[in-house]
Amino acid sequence: MPEPILSIVNVTKIYDSLKAVDRISFAINPGEIVGLLGPNGAGKTTTINMILGILEPTHGSIEILGKDVRACGSDIRKHINFAAVYAHMPANLTVRQDLYVFGLLYEVGNIREKIRFLLHEFDLERFADTKAGLLSSGELSRLNLAKAVMNEPRLLLLDEPTASLDPSISQLIREKIKRYMLSTRAGILWTSHNMNEIEAVCDRVMFLSHGRILLSGDPKSLPAQHGMGTLEELFIAVAREPLCLEHEVGI
Amino acid sequence: MSLSRIYAIYVRQIFLLRSNPTRLATVFLWLVIDILQWGFISKYIGSLGQATFSFITVILGAIILWEFMSRIQQGILMAFLEDIWTQNFINFFASPLQIREYLCGLVLTSITTGLAGFFAVVAIAGGVFGYNVLRIGALLLPFMFILLIFGIGMGVFVSAIIFRLGPSAEWLGWPIPMILSLFSGVYFPISTLPPFLHAFAKFIPASYVFESMRKILASGTFPPDLALNLFAGGLLALGYLLMASRFFLRIYRKNLENGNIARFNAEAL
Repeated sequence: MPEPILSIVNVTKIYDSLKAVDRISFAINPGEIVGLLGPNGAGKTTTINMILGILEPTHGSIEILGKDVRACGSDIRKHINFAAVYAHMPANLTVRQDLYVFGLLYEVGNIREKIRFLLHEFDLERFADTKAGLLSSGELSRLNLAKAVMNEPRLLLLDEPTASLDPSISQLIREKIKRYMLSTRAGILWTSHNMNEIEAVCDRVMFLSHGRILLSGDPKSLPAQHGMGTLEELFIAVAREPLCLEHEVGI
Repeated sequence: MSLSRIYAIYVRQIFLLRSNPTRLATVFLWLVIDILQWGFISKYIGSLGQATFSFITVILGAIILWEFMSRIQQGILMAFLEDIWTQNFINFFASPLQIREYLCGLVLTSITTGLAGFFAVVAIAGGVFGYNVLRIGALLLPFMFILLIFGIGMGVFVSAIIFRLGPSAEWLGWPIPMILSLFSGVYFPISTLPPFLHAFAKFIPASYVFESMRKILASGTFPPDLALNLFAGGLLALGYLLMASRFFLRIYRKNLENGNIARFNAEAL
């Protein structure tokens, strides 16, 4: 077995009296795309923020490439990156300037050449000197993704990367991410509310409910294992009747 | 510490300044207005009653140095607020950027804008009022160093408070220089204040600078306690900078625990 890129053991996050994440454990292996699913407020973004190191877990350990995130934060973050709809690139800089600033932050080598490549790869050449705040949702998503892969991360975290995009752009973005994974063998954690998308890209999914991992498995066979026709039906069941499923899986 | 990451924070602010002339106004406009206003006021007061004393010498020099310090403080604050307004914290702090590097980038930005403003007003003071701030020679350097360090300390401290309380606390940053100027002997000697307020001045590094400078300009000689004043002012300024930096780091760690970095925006706090 290869060493996992990400290993999370018994991680809990408590805000005051609210348990946002409750003793979750999972791992992501090289070349694996794992879907983190669940209704709003289930703890997906909290989990991603803890992996990114911008939120400290109350208990438990998070290791990336065998190193503890809390102890080796800056060194570890050179090897990870992320894209999320809520994490804005500086809107008052141009696309080129944004990529330059983040290239410096990630200490990307041959930065100008890299920016040229990314602008071409993500079809952003026309917008290189346009301020990021003036881009459409699709263009912004492509910019976020260009930033997310510019340091060639071993672990890529994608929090609803295709939210609010039309199906054509969503598919293009999915293809780019899959291509990136195949060429680099990076591990990817992907959250989305689009179950067709999850089924198309993920090797494995985990359902979170009230901060706990309720179910996990192959997105193609998991619905049938729980008496559902589709992943979407399973999602709805997790969102509306988590207690029944908890009972069923013995939590 | 990575120079590349410090430069990233710095160059982001420089891109902003270059891209929009109105941002340059924040660096120069108020300074120019201040120096012209105080220059003409000093000239007018000097013309009353056959005064033999040069008000321009005393007031303009103090204004130039005080504005330098205020601009350093506000330079840090403005750069920090820029990241709040554009909600950059998630992207920045999810990168390898360390909090110390972030602070260094802000400080570098404020030194650049502070010095640009300083040289502009020095030129105006010389051209319009014939005042040469460099007349006290090399002593200007330790004076400016104390004010620079104190300005950075104040900027970091105010930014830490906003980091803790949220963007709604940003108003705290603006009146602080004005309040401190009362106890710093900028516009008048500390002895003008009621005796019970003299103690406050002793805790403000800037007061050592302005009291010393006034004595040098008034008498044309170096006061015997100059070295002691510079030492006390410098030590206090460094102490405050150290405390402010520790305070900022502490707030940052607190924000990592309570999730404020991830949800830091005007609506959340």
